[in-house]
Amino acid sequence: MKLMLHVAPGIVRYPLIASVILETNALVNIERASIDAVSGEIVLEVPPDKCQEVKDAFERRGVRVVPLEIPVIRDENECVHCGACVSICPTGTFRFEDWRVVADSGKCIQCGACVVGCPQRALKLVLK
Amino acid sequence: MQEKSLSEINERIRDGSARVVTAEEMPDLVDELGPAGAVREVDVVTTGTFGAMCSSGVFLNLGHSDPPIKISRAMLNKVEAYGGIAAVDVFLGATQPSEDRGIEYGGAHVMEDLISGKQIEVDAYGASTDCYPQIELETSLRLEDFNEAIMVNPRNAYQRYNAATNSSDSTMHTYMGTLLPRFGNIHYSGAGVLSPLSNDPNFDYIGIGTRIFLAGAQGYVMGPGTQHNPQNNFSTLMVTGDMKKMNNRFLRAATFHKYGPSLYLGIGIPIPILNEKLARSTAVRDRDITVPVVDYGIARRDRPSLKIVSYEDLKSGMIDINGKEVSASSLSSFHVARDVAATLKEQVEKGEFLLSCAVEPLPRVGSSRPMKQTKESPNVGDVMSRDVVTVREDIQVEEAAKLIVGGSFDHLPVISRDGRLMGIITAWDISKAVAGGKSSRIGDIMTRRVYSVKADEPIELAARTFDTHSISAMPVIDRDNKVIGMITSNHLSRLFARRR
Repeated sequence: MKLMLHVAPGIVRYPLIASVILETNALVNIERASIDAVSGEIVLEVPPDKCQEVKDAFERRGVRVVPLEIPVIRDENECVHCGACVSICPTGTFRFEDWRVVADSGKCIQCGACVVGCPQRALKLVLK
Repeated sequence: MQEKSLSEINERIRDGSARVVTAEEMPDLVDELGPAGAVREVDVVTTGTFGAMCSSGVFLNLGHSDPPIKISRAMLNKVEAYGGIAAVDVFLGATQPSEDRGIEYGGAHVMEDLISGKQIEVDAYGASTDCYPQIELETSLRLEDFNEAIMVNPRNAYQRYNAATNSSDSTMHTYMGTLLPRFGNIHYSGAGVLSPLSNDPNFDYIGIGTRIFLAGAQGYVMGPGTQHNPQNNFSTLMVTGDMKKMNNRFLRAATFHKYGPSLYLGIGIPIPILNEKLARSTAVRDRDITVPVVDYGIARRDRPSLKIVSYEDLKSGMIDINGKEVSASSLSSFHVARDVAATLKEQVEKGEFLLSCAVEPLPRVGSSRPMKQTKESPNVGDVMSRDVVTVREDIQVEEAAKLIVGGSFDHLPVISRDGRLMGIITAWDISKAVAGGKSSRIGDIMTRRVYSVKADEPIELAARTFDTHSISAMPVIDRDNKVIGMITSNHLSRLFARRR
């Protein structure tokens, strides 16, 4: 299960992830982190059984947590199944099935590479 | 040798008894029946392709206004159409970007909107003459309001196309899609087994005047496309068709990020199996059609080819490049290419699509020469400074500061013991180190990711690197990564000032 953390500027310097890992003992994988002067966005992969516990722990520390259930959405009327999204996705979200592009949304980390790479402008990120 | 005539086949199409298969089904049939058996059993093989065809456009005739206008420039949904043809004929090109939305909406999008029944806004500007007094007008038009909307595409249906990858350190956005750095992916285009020209590479059927499926309409081959290069298996077609009869299932506008608009177009050609030669050529498989994998990371016309692969290799989704498994995916849609071939098959079976005799065969020799450039622009080596001061990474910041003050550049390339480029240090890096109060070695504060050029590269390339990365100087290196000079934005501006 993937969680997206929205970290407010005031707490960016606090070792948030480390403290949540120590508290929950969850094997967390950081898949994407972009932090700048005003805020931070971090995508974590968390084992399903620890998901609620990790979410609660972050929320207690003032972090907004959004579970990424269907992070990338596709406009079926626009998609022509060309495959421009397939090889540029860092996590292999898209693949061909009998030459139709199918998506395994569970793999998406919201990086947005496919959104700009799609010539038909058929893809959107839910949270953007 | 088994043979049939075209009129025999058309007779069977008319009475609904023609045996039609797609080019994907044909190879197995020929394996099973042999070429002679296939000539007896199969009448028509339908092909199809659906991909980006940038070299496309449409002639639109707007009809005469009152008072009349001689349109010199027309804006269709703020996309410029060429008006230098008579009074109310304009040519709208697929890749023309719009004035208001830039590359996100272009000529191709206007075409898709028209075919989808949408109304477009037209602003026309004219030169006032005695016979055409009107100088400007605005109107809203739908596809049916134009007298004619005739698609004329100078170069479509490439027989096959080079696959693309990127050796450089940065992501490239190209007409071959997003190419990730350090051979991060491969993009390819073309329908392989279904490609019309790959099924008749010797033009035993396809010729000038051949009736084709063009985005749902019945169109025609006008002749060889531009850059038609059959001797190297890169044949192309120039095609035409009535846009009013097209279907947006087979005509889609696209935008390649940081490149521009393009048009995805479905083209299919039915090929009659008149003889064993055509049976054999339509038995072509993905594995028989090969293309080079080309490195777009080299920003020159002659991009190096890394290896030759087949469409079967490409469609497997993985290609080995220098020992690394690289993910490969298409930009053209095989799904819609199949739809084209299947729709065409249905039309032929129903007797709605007859085959035609070519007026002339397509030329077997074409021309895809590079541009003759009469005004040669200089290379980096012609303008760079050769008296470059380099430093080693173990010197102190103070020493580097002295070298900058005493020299003519505010950049110092940092080199290894054997002269190879390792990094770069700028006056700004030194100021930062001094302001931070840390006295340090150059090696600790230098930028290791350093952009460089080679002496035999054109200055345009250096200018683009400066612009893309907001830098003002770069080391010039030789083939062994040794620093041989320095080029700065001053060199380029001096050159520009002299030219004027």
